[in-house]
Amino acid sequence: MSARGDERREVQAGRAAWARPAAKRETPARVVVTGLGVIAPNAHGADAFAAALRGMKSGIRRHERLAELGFACQVGGVPEGVEALRTRYLREEELLAMNPNMVYAAIAAIDAWKHAGLAQPGPEDEPDWGAGAILGTGIGGIDTIAEQLVPRVDAGKVSRLGSTMVERIMSSGNSARVAGLLALGNQVSTNSSACTTGTEAVVQAFLRIRSGLAARMLAGGSEGHSPYIWAGFDGMRVLARGKNDRPEEASRPMSATASGFVPGSGAGVLLLESLESARRRGARILAEVIGGYVNCGGHRGGGSMTAPNPTGVRRCIRGAVEMAGIHPSRIGAINGHLTATFADPHEVASWAAALDLPPSRMPWIHSTKSLIGHALGAAGGIECVASVLELAGGFVHGSANCEDLHPALAPFAERIPHRTIDAPDLDVVAKASFGFGDVNGCAIFRRFHEE
Amino acid sequence: MMQTEVFEKVVGILKPFVREPEALERVGPDTSILGDLKVNSARLVDVVLEMEDAFGIAISDEEADSVRSVGDAVSLVLRKR
Repeated sequence: MSARGDERREVQAGRAAWARPAAKRETPARVVVTGLGVIAPNAHGADAFAAALRGMKSGIRRHERLAELGFACQVGGVPEGVEALRTRYLREEELLAMNPNMVYAAIAAIDAWKHAGLAQPGPEDEPDWGAGAILGTGIGGIDTIAEQLVPRVDAGKVSRLGSTMVERIMSSGNSARVAGLLALGNQVSTNSSACTTGTEAVVQAFLRIRSGLAARMLAGGSEGHSPYIWAGFDGMRVLARGKNDRPEEASRPMSATASGFVPGSGAGVLLLESLESARRRGARILAEVIGGYVNCGGHRGGGSMTAPNPTGVRRCIRGAVEMAGIHPSRIGAINGHLTATFADPHEVASWAAALDLPPSRMPWIHSTKSLIGHALGAAGGIECVASVLELAGGFVHGSANCEDLHPALAPFAERIPHRTIDAPDLDVVAKASFGFGDVNGCAIFRRFHEE
Repeated sequence: MMQTEVFEKVVGILKPFVREPEALERVGPDTSILGDLKVNSARLVDVVLEMEDAFGIAISDEEADSVRSVGDAVSLVLRKR
C-alpha cells in the first residue's frame, strides 16, 4: 500500500526508475519473478502445479465430444473444476462478457498477483501506473465466434447479439479484462505468435521492465478449449493418434511412437518485477530472468509457415544465453518446446548446436507437454511457470511417455529423465517455445543470487 | 401483470449487471440504473433485449434511451403491454 503510494509520488515527480526514459538508465534493471499463477489440465495454483509436476500427474483425458465429431484425436488437456472456480474469482457481471480463454487468463493473473503478495485493488483505487500485462493467446475467442456470433449473424439477428460480443472475441480480451480486475496502468496488451506466444510475452515483459518502462508486468498466455479451436490441427494431421483409449499415454514428446501433439488449454502467468520494486516492498523472490530473445527464421533454410528454420532456432537460443551472460554449461535443465511431432529430434539437435555442448554434457531435457499436452498460446506461459517452480523447488520433473526414445535421440538418452529428479543445485533453466510462422522465443531463468 | 410484478421482474433482469450490490437492497422506482446500480452503460443493450424477451414487447432505441431509473423501465413495460 505504502510502497505503491511512494511509487505514485515518485512517478509524479518523474523520479521512479520505471518512469524515466529508457535512455536515461545507466544499466538495465534486474528483473525477478515474484508471483506465479497457473490453471493447467493437471492442477490449479502454483503449489498444486508443483506437486503435480513432481508427481508426474497427467491432465490428459478422453473427451467424448471429440469422438462424436469424428476427430482422429479424441484426447485433450482441459483444466478441471473451473465451474466452481469462476464464481470465486469473478462476478456474474464480469463473467457475462468473458469466454473460457479470458476466464483462464483472469484466474491465473489474479493468482500471480496475490502470489506476489499484492492486494487486489478495489473499484475506487487509482490505477497502478507502474504495472502492466502482456497476456497472449494463440487462437483467442474462436469458440464464441463459432457458437454465438456466426449463427446469429447468419440468421439476420445482429440486433440480438447484445453488448458483450466484441469483448469476448477481440484478440486483446484476455489482457483487457485483467487490466480492469487489477487496475493496471502500464502497458496492457495481448501478443500472438502461435505456440511461441506465452514465452514471447514473458520475454517482452522482461525487456520492458529491464529497460525501465515498467515496475511490474503480468506475463504469459491463455487458451480456451473447444472443438473449434482444435479442429484445424486435427485436420492438418498434427494431433496425436492411436492412443484415444489410453489418454495418459497419448502425449509422447521425444518418443519413437510420437504421433502428434495432444491439445491442451489453460493459462500460465508470471508476475515479473524489477529487483528494485521487489526489494522496496519486501517481496519474496522466486527466480531471476537473466536472458530472453525472440526471432523468426524467415521461412528460409528449411523453415516455413509450419516448420522451423534451425538457424533461427539456434540464433534465438544463443541470443538468450548471450544476454544471460553465462556459459551454456551452467544451464541445468531445458524445458523444451517438445510437442511430440516429427520436430522433437530436430529441436534437441538445435539445442545441442546452440549450446555447443556434447550430448553427454547437455542439461536435463524434458517436456511439460508430456503431462498436460500442448496448450498452444498458453503453453509458453504455463511452461515458464513450470520452469520457475522447478528452480525454486530444486527438481526436474520426469518427461513422460518416452521410454521408447526416438532413435535420433539415443545420444541424449542419459540426459532425458523419465522420472522426477531431485536437483537441489539446479541454478539455471532455459525455456524455449517455437511456433507456426517460424517464430521462436527463449527465456533463461536463474535462481536468485544477491551479488 | 401488476406494477409490482413488473418491478420485481425488471429488478431480476438488472441483477446480473449490477456492480453495486448494496444499492440493490434498497432499490426503488427512483433508483438510477447507471448512477446507483452502477450498471455499465454498454450493458443497457443486454437489459433491453432481456426485457423484450421477458415481457414479449419491442423496445425502440429511442424508448430505450429514455430509460434512466428502474421506475422508467417499469413504466415503459406497462405502456407497451
